[in-house]
Amino acid sequence: MTLNEQQFIALLPILITGATTVVVMLAIAFARNHWWNATLTVAGLNLALASIILAARVAPQTVTPLLVIDGYSCFYMALILVITLACATLAHAYMEDFAGNREEIYLLLTLAASGAMVLVSSRHMASLFIGLELLSVPIYGMVAYTFRNHRSLEGGIKYMVLSAAASAFLLFGMALLYAHSGTLSFKGLSGQFHMAGLHSPLLVVGALMILIGLGFKLSFAPFHMWTPDVYEGAPAPVGAFLATASKTAVLAVLVRFLLEASAENELAMREAMGVIAFLSILVGNFLALTQTNIKRLLGYSSIAHLGYVLVAVVAANHLESEAVAMYLVTYIATTLGAFGVVALMSDAGRLHDADAIFNYRGLFWRRPYLTAVLTVMMLSLAGIPLTAGFIGKFYVIAAGVDAKLWWLLGALVVGSGVGLYYYLRVVVALYLPEPGMVQHDARLDWGQRAGGIMVLALAAVVLIVGIFPQPIIDLIRDAGITALHLS
Amino acid sequence: MILPWLILIPFIGGLLCWQGERFGLGVPRWVALFTMALVFVLSLILWSQGDYSLATLTQHGAAHWQSEFQVPWISRFGISFHLGLDGLSLLMVMLTGLLGVMAVICSWKEISDHIGFFHLNLLWSLGGVIGVFLALDMFLFFTFWELMLVPTYFLIALWGHNPPTGKGRIHAAMKFIIYTQTSGLILLLAILGLVFVHFQGTGQLSFDYGDLLGTKMSPHVEYMLMLGFFIAFAVKLPVVPFHSWLPDAHSLAPTAGSVDLAGLLLKTAGYGLLRFSLPFFPHASHEFAPIAMWLGVISIFYGAILAFAQTDIKRLIAYTSISHMGFVLIAIYAGTHIALQGAVLQMVAHGISAGALFILSGEIYERLKTRDMRQMSGLWSRFSYLPPLSMFFAVASLGLPGMGNFVGEFLILLGSFPVAPVVTVVAAGGLIMAAVYGLILIQRALHGPAHSPEKLKDLNMREIAMMLSLVAILLYLGLYPQSVLDTSSGAMAGVQHWYSTALSAPQNIAQ
Repeated sequence: MTLNEQQFIALLPILITGATTVVVMLAIAFARNHWWNATLTVAGLNLALASIILAARVAPQTVTPLLVIDGYSCFYMALILVITLACATLAHAYMEDFAGNREEIYLLLTLAASGAMVLVSSRHMASLFIGLELLSVPIYGMVAYTFRNHRSLEGGIKYMVLSAAASAFLLFGMALLYAHSGTLSFKGLSGQFHMAGLHSPLLVVGALMILIGLGFKLSFAPFHMWTPDVYEGAPAPVGAFLATASKTAVLAVLVRFLLEASAENELAMREAMGVIAFLSILVGNFLALTQTNIKRLLGYSSIAHLGYVLVAVVAANHLESEAVAMYLVTYIATTLGAFGVVALMSDAGRLHDADAIFNYRGLFWRRPYLTAVLTVMMLSLAGIPLTAGFIGKFYVIAAGVDAKLWWLLGALVVGSGVGLYYYLRVVVALYLPEPGMVQHDARLDWGQRAGGIMVLALAAVVLIVGIFPQPIIDLIRDAGITALHLS
Repeated sequence: MILPWLILIPFIGGLLCWQGERFGLGVPRWVALFTMALVFVLSLILWSQGDYSLATLTQHGAAHWQSEFQVPWISRFGISFHLGLDGLSLLMVMLTGLLGVMAVICSWKEISDHIGFFHLNLLWSLGGVIGVFLALDMFLFFTFWELMLVPTYFLIALWGHNPPTGKGRIHAAMKFIIYTQTSGLILLLAILGLVFVHFQGTGQLSFDYGDLLGTKMSPHVEYMLMLGFFIAFAVKLPVVPFHSWLPDAHSLAPTAGSVDLAGLLLKTAGYGLLRFSLPFFPHASHEFAPIAMWLGVISIFYGAILAFAQTDIKRLIAYTSISHMGFVLIAIYAGTHIALQGAVLQMVAHGISAGALFILSGEIYERLKTRDMRQMSGLWSRFSYLPPLSMFFAVASLGLPGMGNFVGEFLILLGSFPVAPVVTVVAAGGLIMAAVYGLILIQRALHGPAHSPEKLKDLNMREIAMMLSLVAILLYLGLYPQSVLDTSSGAMAGVQHWYSTALSAPQNIAQ
């Protein structure tokens, strides 16, 4: 098996990200310097991001039976690199005062990013599994990175154990599919789903097991138990990565599997996903109601948001992949911004992050612009018009109305109503009179530092996408899944 | 080009207020006053220049707008930034400009902390309201519909009152936004449903008002979509049983917030029914009309009876709003030209009279530090200017001839009688209830033995000037309503035309 030049170019983003990991590792071995190591990481990731332009020119390309670089994977690889860059920036601000070794977080971050990129370009169960593990294993380490804080350590172990269970489901599902069809490529399975339809229990159970395995990572409702604990325990920048990059990559590969393997033609799959979406929306929103910890709240809200996206997947109409991509873009920008503010307010030198809603009380009168950012993010999560969150929700509702999924839309309306309560509770706390004693605060010059600029830029993105979404819609429509035949 | 500026001016003004605070505490107030005055003057210019006699909607051909503005926005879904103005929207925009000025003036002394941010929220909320009155694209309409709520939420949650007993302002604000946002999402579902039905019929994906008008659909679908629109508007109007957010929100909001809510936000619902619900779904609306009218009757009596039982002066006014909006609902679904004209006049007059009453109760609160009428009695002997003004607006609100409210209610009853005699007769009983609660307000607050003989600080020039201008406008509406009726006539003729062609019974085609 040889790579030709075009395939090599197509693979460049993944290769450069992998090389960055090695270079950063060597640099750390050579000299521990927080700023230099972080800068090296960011430079490598930017290079990888730039190489996507080259890759997109030669796309679509199948590289080995395992990977395909098409518009779809280029789009999601770009998203993942942007997320990783944002998280690296936040981590730099956050880790300044950390007592232990600060540099290895960049190593883990880039490693996880390359896993996520493999995942979004996989067209075969083997690469799906490799990508998923490459994504997950570094995250265990990152969640437990501030291990002197017992919550962080507990979160890391919890995530590892449950991920292992999810992987077991996934592998068992793949085995069942293989037992029935003798192939593991998505395209090959597609023929099987078309032929067998409802009559093959092996196929149906296998596909459902895969859904469960991926559902753990996406924290869909019956499999969501780990989410709040891990979100709470993880350092804020890692929480941001977990909530965005990991979700994006897994959802992207799930949609590709459903579309390319035609698994969504299977009625049982769609019904199962409908039930999962319904549960996720209600469970996520109702459990978020009583939270007083903003990271747990974001954890529960991410369960609900993934439920909303799944409505578009269940709709399975012409809007599906477009709606999923749009929702993910808006969700990523918003969640990164919200976690970003938490990260700017916290630093690793302290035992706890600034994660109680009480810590944010009266923030507006001290840090008006940072508060404006968090306000925009919360309104966007609540889906208020003129923020990106509304455009995402609009897409999902449009897909749902088109497919006449009234019961899911009913859950969405109820869930959004409930969601307003807890998002606005955070927002209103920001503007209440200040408490006498301030426990946490952002640095005075937060706006001039990389993390601060990044968060301000995210707020701008959320508003621009909310007010003028046409350019991003065009971009997403160009980045559809390209149907490629087995090579 | 003047239409987008009507919306942009409040938004820009709001930002200037926020940033202007650093140059001095008075700056945001003057900027806000200037901004709203500019909006009001622009709307007056539009009024003096335009000719509003032509029907807006005709059965054939495009709708006729006095002024129009359209640029593409989200071409993927056929969404454009489309604004249009006819007599109905013009009247509502004028009302917004007027009450906006009043809202800024009445908070001059009341709001003392975070003035810049307060005016940002006030002006953005007013900008959203103007957007609702001008939008002709359903996506744009929905955007403004939701957008006006968030600043209003902040107005209530941050500058509202915390009563000594019971739930506080944050609870009221939360209730307000959950009611209105959730019903808003139902509206969004209905809008998308309508758009996709239109898409399936014609192959054209469009959110434009003109395109969606006259969409062919099955009776069942039409009825469901109509219900989606109706629920959203019924929550905002509000119609019993969707009203429970209103007394809390109105009574705990700061004065400017109450003026904004009662004077303008409630009117967006009436506007929505007239502009969208009736023309989009004439058959279903006609089928639904008896239910809507009886809901109106229930609202009239429920609001009036509960108003009578209140001790908090702002809650009393809030419940009277429910009662008055019941008349508007009956008129809209009666659908005759006279009734629709009455509804418009009633909305304008109620906006002014309820706004004035809220401003007065704010002024009473500033002086007595209470809104409880049991602690007020005998105010007549303690002020010279405030009691007669209060009495004027109280009797205006109960519909005394000579004031705008009377003309509105009279036209509503006159126009509804041929269509629904029973409903009209029962609703007319509501006028007696209105007299009861209006007089009880005067009796409890102004008359009776004074708690102390000591005089209280009377209204200053700013407050007297504000009140007298509202008195003048209300008298003008009552004595010469023709100018308002002429302005809205064309728009209402169009609505009535669309609605009546759907009626099967010939006696219902009034006019």
